[in-house]
Amino acid sequence: MQKITFMNPLVSVGFALMLGTSMLAAPAAADTIKMAWSQDATGLDPHKQTAFSSIRFLELMYEPLVRLDTEAEIVPAVASAWSFNDAATELTITINPNAKFHNGAAVTAADVKASYERILNEETSAASRANFTSITSIETPDDGTVIFKLSEPNVPILTAMASINSAILPASAIKAGTVGTEVVGSGPFVFGSWNPNSSSSLKANPDWAGGNVAIDGLEINVLPDETAILAALRTKQIDFALINDPFVATLIPDVKGVQLIKKPVLSYHVLQLNPSRGALQKLGVRQAISCAVDRQDILDTALLGEGSVTGPLTMDAYKSDVSELFCYERDVEKAKSLLAKAGYPDGFSAKIMAASGEPPTAAAEAQVLQSQLAEVGIKLEIEIKELNVYIDAWLAADFDMAVALNGGRPDPFTMYNRYWTKAGNLQKVSNYIDDTLDSLMIQGREETDPAKRKVIFAKFDKHLAEMSPWVWLYTGFTYAAVQDSVQGFEATPTGSLFGLSAVTVSK
Amino acid sequence: MSYPIRRLLVFPLVMFGVSVFVFVAIRLVPGDAITAMLGTESGLLTPVQREALTVYFGLDQSWAVQFWRWLTGVMQGDLGISTTFGKPVLSVILQHFPLTLELAVLSMLVALAIGLPAGIYAATRQDSFADLAIRVVAMIGQSTPGFVVGLLLIFVLSVGFGILPQMGTFVPFSEDPLRNLGQMILPALTLGTAFAAAVIRISRSAMLDILREDYVRTARSKGMPRGRVVWRHALPNALIPVVTLSGVEFGYLLGGAVLIEQIFALPGLGRVVLDAILQRDYALVQGSVLFIAFNFMVVNLLVDLAYAALDPRIRFESK
Repeated sequence: MQKITFMNPLVSVGFALMLGTSMLAAPAAADTIKMAWSQDATGLDPHKQTAFSSIRFLELMYEPLVRLDTEAEIVPAVASAWSFNDAATELTITINPNAKFHNGAAVTAADVKASYERILNEETSAASRANFTSITSIETPDDGTVIFKLSEPNVPILTAMASINSAILPASAIKAGTVGTEVVGSGPFVFGSWNPNSSSSLKANPDWAGGNVAIDGLEINVLPDETAILAALRTKQIDFALINDPFVATLIPDVKGVQLIKKPVLSYHVLQLNPSRGALQKLGVRQAISCAVDRQDILDTALLGEGSVTGPLTMDAYKSDVSELFCYERDVEKAKSLLAKAGYPDGFSAKIMAASGEPPTAAAEAQVLQSQLAEVGIKLEIEIKELNVYIDAWLAADFDMAVALNGGRPDPFTMYNRYWTKAGNLQKVSNYIDDTLDSLMIQGREETDPAKRKVIFAKFDKHLAEMSPWVWLYTGFTYAAVQDSVQGFEATPTGSLFGLSAVTVSK
Repeated sequence: MSYPIRRLLVFPLVMFGVSVFVFVAIRLVPGDAITAMLGTESGLLTPVQREALTVYFGLDQSWAVQFWRWLTGVMQGDLGISTTFGKPVLSVILQHFPLTLELAVLSMLVALAIGLPAGIYAATRQDSFADLAIRVVAMIGQSTPGFVVGLLLIFVLSVGFGILPQMGTFVPFSEDPLRNLGQMILPALTLGTAFAAAVIRISRSAMLDILREDYVRTARSKGMPRGRVVWRHALPNALIPVVTLSGVEFGYLLGGAVLIEQIFALPGLGRVVLDAILQRDYALVQGSVLFIAFNFMVVNLLVDLAYAALDPRIRFESK
């Protein structure tokens, strides 16, 4: 019989491995939820951060006036009530009298006014300023009331106020210039620590006006590789994880004791055409591309079928039945005919750009599109670019076609006014506008009757799909992986983690 | 003037060259800190907003002015402020470097502990089955990317055994040595085994050369035991190429092992530099690369000095 000794290097390594790992594989503490995500926040100033990862982190601590619930309906946050005047040119906000900042001070009308003045101040470089330029004045008749006077009817402004980019900050912090270095919000969790791209900790806010937080806090780890997150879930090292990669998400149901919570999101995958470039200037060519694309095939290949084909409007309240939109059923013959009528019977060559890893499906989408469009004679050259390089080219409209994952909003106007109005500040990127689109958007902004708004935006949706400046593909899901011991988490269409304020942990 | 002094005098010149190169290279990459922070939303900025951010990130000055300001800061020990961390660059580097240093040391220990004995054993039994087996293993080890080994380790441990070292929140050695080693063991094994393959190959090859030397043959013919010849006379000479290789590898590891740090969620210097590049955190990129370059030069100097210690015939005389 062979004697096993620790002089054998393999046995030594194995022993050390077992020693090291077994000591550290203890389950997570019961009342502080250990969670992981692959991308960390990039800053702490809620008015300036636009990355999904930052917004998810900051909305655990900060609150806007209103927020979106799990069905993307507007519900109270710092505000307990709100109303428009009949002309939709005046918005009156009533502040929740119980709302308090983490420093113990009550949230007052002065804080709301200071916050919006900060957003509107160009020197702040606030991300959401463009949504609030119709505000002409902010009145504070008493500590609990704020009146926004608007230069034009603007119902969607309330939706814009639901963003964490419109968070209410203490006027004192704004005056002291400590926003971004100190976190004093009024949300369900109090800031503990933040080591960028490593870890952070939050404590439950016992004075939160929104209700009782049933857990003690959150310990957040950044695990850049999502397969490592999967492994950490398997070993019960973490209680909760956010998953971006649909491939990893499809593996979660196989992990014992872990459930996958998913929800359709408002953000959408799209093939952006540049209607100012070459053949793409012609409507027939753009429509031919729309007809040549098999959206379901791309969804099945690139996103493993994890989503649904969509038109331009992705929110439940407004989205159309895609079968009624232009050429949503693939029709290669029609595509060839349209190309021939447009003067390109043999197709043409173009470049398609995609960002490296953002979204994780981008390269696969570009490859499937390349294959599908080749069938009608359109030869695509794929350019994979680093994200910032991609964004620079995107903002300069320096592309023929681009695969993109664009953020969605719960209201059609706030979602698309930047692209599809004559005054839209990303017109340079979309490079397409017509009178019908502009007129429908303005009507939608001014209309206060929800039923009439729905009719207006249905026309907008149909017209935009028919003009095909872009080819909308599909929407995916937001994924959260949760141990069975954590209950009560509800996902939202915006991918918010605000639902963590309502979870309980069973020991 | 002695060799080490001459080498030290070259340091500032190399550092200056590195700093110019990094300063220009990071600015030539498309996209700036504003794009990195706001993404596509930066397209919504008004000219006044953009100007305010340009001033905030210090991009309103010419490259020459920016470089001069940075260089004068460096001369006074100030590497600038990281816009990502909101802290002085030096403190960010010093916060993350201990992990990188520890990982480098542990990886080297693993690599040398496996590679040296295996390489020497294979050389002393040339063309035997054991030699063949070691060479095949070394070949596989060198051909397998580190991240594949890392992912496999994670997969096997979590799926097969339901265990995994704590990932994410890093615990320094000084705080809790056991937890720290638990966190470091897998990454060190991943990096160490990959480098061990190279050590096996180089030590085997060097040892074979030495064993063919006349003085070894003479020692053996005079009746000196084989083990004594190998360990006393052959090994010190065979170590020189291993030291060279290890020095280069160690210097490389001090710059951070980006992929391994990503996979095992270790907040080391490699990830700091990677994130700084992605965030276009110019001061942090410049400071970190300068720091890494300095480390590399120090390690190289130590390697050169080690030659003399290993082989007294080697002297660094000034010409």
